[in-house]
Amino acid sequence: MTRRKTAHLVIAAASLLSLAACRKKPETAPVAEVTVDVDAARRSADSIAAANVAQRRADSIDAANRAAATAAADMQRLQAELSAALSQRVQFDYDRDALRDDARAVLEAKAPILLANPGIALAIIGHTDERGTAEYNLALGQRRAATVKRYLVGKGIAESRLSTQSLGDSEPLATGTDEGSYAQNRRAEFEVSVNGPLSRPR
Amino acid sequence: MPRPSLRAALALCLALIPARGHAQDTTRGVRIGLSYSPGARPGVVVLPVSGPGADSLRAIVSRDLDFGDRVNVIRLDDAALGASTRGDLPNWALLARLGAAAAVQLTPTPGGLHLAVYNVVTRQTALVHDYVAPAVDDTRRWRLAVHSLSDDLEQSLTGVRGIASTRVLFERGRRLWVVDSDGEQLQPVTPVQPLMSGRWSPTGRKITYVLLRPASVVVQNADGGGVRTVATGSGVYVSPTFTPDGGSVSFAHGVDDGTDIYTVPVAGGIPRRISVGRGSDNVRPIYSPDGRKVAFMSGRIGHPEIYTMDADGTNADLLTPLAFGEDAYRANPDWSPDGRSVAFQSRLGGIFQLMTVSLRDRSLRQLTSDGRNEDPSWSPDGRHLVFVSTRGGARQLWVLDVDTGRSRQLTRGASVRLPAWSPRLAPE
Repeated sequence: MTRRKTAHLVIAAASLLSLAACRKKPETAPVAEVTVDVDAARRSADSIAAANVAQRRADSIDAANRAAATAAADMQRLQAELSAALSQRVQFDYDRDALRDDARAVLEAKAPILLANPGIALAIIGHTDERGTAEYNLALGQRRAATVKRYLVGKGIAESRLSTQSLGDSEPLATGTDEGSYAQNRRAEFEVSVNGPLSRPR
Repeated sequence: MPRPSLRAALALCLALIPARGHAQDTTRGVRIGLSYSPGARPGVVVLPVSGPGADSLRAIVSRDLDFGDRVNVIRLDDAALGASTRGDLPNWALLARLGAAAAVQLTPTPGGLHLAVYNVVTRQTALVHDYVAPAVDDTRRWRLAVHSLSDDLEQSLTGVRGIASTRVLFERGRRLWVVDSDGEQLQPVTPVQPLMSGRWSPTGRKITYVLLRPASVVVQNADGGGVRTVATGSGVYVSPTFTPDGGSVSFAHGVDDGTDIYTVPVAGGIPRRISVGRGSDNVRPIYSPDGRKVAFMSGRIGHPEIYTMDADGTNADLLTPLAFGEDAYRANPDWSPDGRSVAFQSRLGGIFQLMTVSLRDRSLRQLTSDGRNEDPSWSPDGRHLVFVSTRGGARQLWVLDVDTGRSRQLTRGASVRLPAWSPRLAPE
């Protein structure tokens, strides 16, 4: 390799470099300085190549990030949907533990998620409105939780994954003394114990 | 001149009876034979007191006697109060004119309290007794000593021991509190946690209650500390109560197939099921005073009613005459200390009211009608109930004299629920 050739390369590379480095403010390359140290030129060439690689890598990372972000958002949305379905409450009629049609629909949505995710455990917590007595309401809340559990077991969920408890009337969602508040408070809630992301039911 | 000589004779007579100190207290807890009409409450004057804690001593005893509902505490204005004694002796003529059958003299002593009771009709000292009491500034214990004196005094005056030396346990703001029977000395006995249904042991030294999370039955010292879990697991634990021997706790427990009543030794062990509810809800066991029967509430016929069964779970039987319709809801039984009736709450016109049902003929008696009234718990004298009422606005504790219908408010402030009246407590 001759000195001259190297120098040309350097100039060309330098102009490329200056183009690459100064996209915002294009200038004429400093072509006048032809006496260039070859070692310096090599270092320069290497750094240009490195810059190019870095640029390509940055571009591909951006793309990958965009894709990953989209995927993560999708995943997050899915997780949120699955979690919401698992924890959606069911409501009950006054002094009853029988499942209404709307409650069945809510439980039907949970069953396939539970089946697709055998690692999940579900705590079912029965609640009541404030009518009746505090102690009898604890028993009524437990009966509601047990009814929900029986339904899910009937859908093929292992009994060992479903626990039941009652908080009676001690944790109302609505504090009013009207039927609307009472209706909100007569419910079973669900606490999901899960390790890692939820799989979509097939 | 009969009067002066009579007075002199009386003075001599009284002088011969030691008014304090080494008195024989053989009459403690015995009726002292006051003369008053049957059915009427004897009039009693509490004479002025001097010495440490004097004002509160007189006030506490007067109020204890008043709250007992068995004597008529005669109120004196300042002038009458000043004239109610002549030297060391009661002013017999004045007291007789005020309608007093007895006069009570209280004297603080070093290390205690001295009590003298005078029979106003016979003008004689009927009873003297010395009590050991803590210092006045040891307020809570000193007050309990005074309340015990009041209970002795009431027994002497009426033949029935008073209920002043008792406390009421209840829930407010997710913690249990106790308050003296006169509404004083309110103090918490648990931390704030999801809990419910405090009940006293037969001696009053321990309490039991349930935690909702983790679902469990707990026993602890009545003043706090010494917490022990006697039953826990999945499902729900409800309404514990000590057995009459204090050695076990009965409670309701349910998981997947209704809620039934179980018993577990306080010392620990496997809970044993008592009731056979077949999937229904059975809660709030309460023993008869002789320990042979258990009253409880059950939804086994579709709505809650009060039942009794033998302590081994056999012979379950409906106690309350069956109610029908939307209103049918009978709950929270408490067996009276004389064993003859069970207090409970029944929905009447959509609102809970207190009732009693007789064990003899199952006759019902409605006790309340003002506001919503629930959670009755008997006093040890079987004449008073503490309960939760909305009659004054927020849910507060009230005390009802079942015989006369007289009631008084026990607590003020934030809403409360589920009171339990202690047995009589020995001075600490």
